Amino acid sequence: MDASSGLAPHPHAQHDPHHHDAGHDHHELPFWRKYIISTDHKVIGIQYGITGLIFLFFGFSLMMLMRWQLAYPGQALPVIGNWIGHVFGPGSMPDGKMTPEFYNSLGAMHGTIMIFLGIVPIAFAAFGNFVVPLQIGAPDMTFPKINMASYQAFFFGGVVMLISFFVPGGAAKGGWTSYTPLAVIADKGPAYDPIFNGQTLWLIGFILLITSSLLGAVNFIATIIQLRAKGMTWMRLPFFVWAQFVTAFLLLLAFPPLESAIVMQLMDRVAGTSFFMPSGLIINGVPLHNSGGGSPLLWQHLFWFLGHPEVYVLILPGMGIVAEIIANNTRKPLWGYKSLVFAALVLGFLSFIVWAHHMWLTGMGSVVSAFFQTTTMIISIPSVIILSAFFISLWGGSIRFNVPMLFATAFLPMFGIGGLTGIPLAFNSADLYLHDTYYVIAHFHYIVAPGTIFAVFAGIYFWFPKATGRMMNEFWGKVHFWPSLICMNMIFLPMFLQGMLGMHRRWYDGGQGWTLAGEKVWGLSGFQWNTPISIAAWVMGLAQIPFIINFFWSMKHGKKVNDNPWEATTLEWTAPSPPPHGNFATTPTVYRGPYEYSLPGRENDFTMQSEPMRESDRKAYEAAAAVH
Amino acid sequence: MEIPYTVTARPDTGLWNAKVGIWLFLASEVMLFGGLFSAYVFLRLDAAPGAWPHGLLNVPVGTMNTAILIASSVTVVMAWASLKMRRFRAYWWYMLVTILCGVTFLGVKLIYEWPQKFEHFGAFIKKDALEKYEPYLGNHHLAEKGLAPRTEISGHLHNHEALHDENVKEYEIALDPVNADPTNPLMDRPHFLYVPPTEKLAKIEKADVEYANMFLPKHSAYFASYFTITGLHGLHVLGGVIVFTYLWLPVGTKLYKRNPEHLANRVEVAGLFWHFVDLVWIFVFPLFYLL
Repeated sequence: MDASSGLAPHPHAQHDPHHHDAGHDHHELPFWRKYIISTDHKVIGIQYGITGLIFLFFGFSLMMLMRWQLAYPGQALPVIGNWIGHVFGPGSMPDGKMTPEFYNSLGAMHGTIMIFLGIVPIAFAAFGNFVVPLQIGAPDMTFPKINMASYQAFFFGGVVMLISFFVPGGAAKGGWTSYTPLAVIADKGPAYDPIFNGQTLWLIGFILLITSSLLGAVNFIATIIQLRAKGMTWMRLPFFVWAQFVTAFLLLLAFPPLESAIVMQLMDRVAGTSFFMPSGLIINGVPLHNSGGGSPLLWQHLFWFLGHPEVYVLILPGMGIVAEIIANNTRKPLWGYKSLVFAALVLGFLSFIVWAHHMWLTGMGSVVSAFFQTTTMIISIPSVIILSAFFISLWGGSIRFNVPMLFATAFLPMFGIGGLTGIPLAFNSADLYLHDTYYVIAHFHYIVAPGTIFAVFAGIYFWFPKATGRMMNEFWGKVHFWPSLICMNMIFLPMFLQGMLGMHRRWYDGGQGWTLAGEKVWGLSGFQWNTPISIAAWVMGLAQIPFIINFFWSMKHGKKVNDNPWEATTLEWTAPSPPPHGNFATTPTVYRGPYEYSLPGRENDFTMQSEPMRESDRKAYEAAAAVH
Repeated sequence: MEIPYTVTARPDTGLWNAKVGIWLFLASEVMLFGGLFSAYVFLRLDAAPGAWPHGLLNVPVGTMNTAILIASSVTVVMAWASLKMRRFRAYWWYMLVTILCGVTFLGVKLIYEWPQKFEHFGAFIKKDALEKYEPYLGNHHLAEKGLAPRTEISGHLHNHEALHDENVKEYEIALDPVNADPTNPLMDRPHFLYVPPTEKLAKIEKADVEYANMFLPKHSAYFASYFTITGLHGLHVLGGVIVFTYLWLPVGTKLYKRNPEHLANRVEVAGLFWHFVDLVWIFVFPLFYLL
């Protein structure tokens, strides 16, 4: 390589003597190097995906346990209750009955695991790693070793979080938000280890997870900026890549303030400082011996400075996946591609200035509240633009309702419900009433659970053939889809009711002891609604079994398909399935936008980005331009 | 398989990969230290009048460290420029100086500045006992001048066992000049130069003390943020020194022989990080030492 020249014409124009050898290396890599500490973006993506799915199911299982306690408070959990009591130690479920401490641990860890070990690793890291380099025509991520380190940091962060269940006192109990001063004084005292206790391990695990997301985010952005194939201009990027690009920026810039807050909370717990501890605290009748002078509000600000962009970290990759699948299965260009891109960018930017709408009840002051209420209202505009563009994309299409498309279609109304029910919460005055009730739970779960998780499933069914060369079973996919859709709604719709009846989200007894919960809706009191919700949650757990079996069975026995089974247009479908290390035999060149479906004058209804222009294409584009 | 643009720039962006990477990384670092500095602002604005301490740090030593760090930022640029001109000897020397500057900075912090604080002691007096310790606090004098009152008596602790032993009922301290001579107008404002504790001894009853500790992170919001921010900054300095040492050792020589531009790029990236570390200190120094 000519080192002294500042500019290279094109990387593949230079002949590197080692190139040939490197191409053969991967055949001889031992199993350990190929699958465990691989630097190949696809392997890392799959590692992230499978680890994330395991965590996702584990986090969901925690909630299935909690649902027992909510529906049948204080009763022994039949069959598995004793066994769980043994696994999680004496403080968890003695005689199969859940202790309040264990309930709190489950709640805190459900949130933490679902968001930071489940959804983000799958929606961002797994799909991003696997798909983005393929879609932009790159041989790998820009920094493959850093990519590997990112997965490893995530993995160890997850291990630390899991270990925390088994230390004396159990896992963190302060809620997934770890609000101070509660989180600082929790898990302390003679019964606890100074380091190996739930809350401290939660903080340490988080530092690893933030490190992982930082390494990943830098890598994604650098890859998208630097490694786009020839002709892949910014406005020819698939929307999925744009969504990942914005997401990466959110992770890059929003996580570090939380990291600083976590370092400070760690100092508060380990070194006895008072960053988040106000003066004059009295615990159990004893004045706390510390310097004081700290601010609990500071924690909330720093936490939600991450926490709100995090919402868009959860939803943007989902939107990206849905966009790809909708365009593919309606066999039409995505409606309003440019609007989608700019909406995603605006969404990303605005998500940094809405965080305090999580803090209406903290007494920030009316001026601050007014500001954040305004920005929160504004941020719904780009969200509505994106969702509307998806709906309009469906219009007039002859839609193929395969499994990915079923999930992607279900995403739209589910995300719509989640978004619209957020508007009352965005208003300070309405939120006074709804704050911390089940209404809030229902609202954000509609966005993340039937929203993002459905998008994730859609993506898995959609890109599975690319990763394995085989299709997942269509019938069992539908058996997975329909019960999941029905159960999701049976779980979360009644929670809006419970919330409006005033049920608090953190009650250990499911609101049994609360008199107002006697008010009835459709014959059931707020408390009684817990039972159908819980049953729906357990049925939904069962409904995931077809997916799990389908996933592993199809890896070996699924129907073999060609490189482009969905007849899609983006670059990943030009690579072999599964793509080899280095992805493309020859670096593709891009000639057109990402969604050239049903281009007039073409023999197929899809025209891949890498297909050179023809005279008929030019005419078709000119005719389209004349209409607009 | 080879990743393009690892050494040469991509024509349309004009950047090689690591340069994009480091700028993104630095953006996140800005947010990390931004979080910490905003915590500093938050805590300082929240502090009761007069509660935020002044003049506890050694300004001349801090100034020296600032100068050392700035000098190292210059030498790392010289090292990079030497590589660009393919003058390897010069690179080697400039890099050595940079590494030594970094090590000196850390040494001053860890061997001198921090331990000196750990040896120091301060006791915050309860409100109703302030009058009793008026000779050490001089609050009447301050009130006449319209200045914020003092609540802390500090100095060198003689009976360390008092910190843990409940049977010891009082702290014996050699007073800091400000408490030894509280009505001296020279003490109205914080010292610019650090002055060691005097010989004057004082006894403070534990019953009159709200909270007392050595000048550890838990001593006060001030020291909490001071140690956390300088500690994290110190870790960054250490990281920079390790990377520079790696590039300076024979590993760097080998890379230079194979591809000098690649080494220059690595030094450039490490240098950008170093400038950022320097820049953080440019904020730390006035916030903690001067303001």
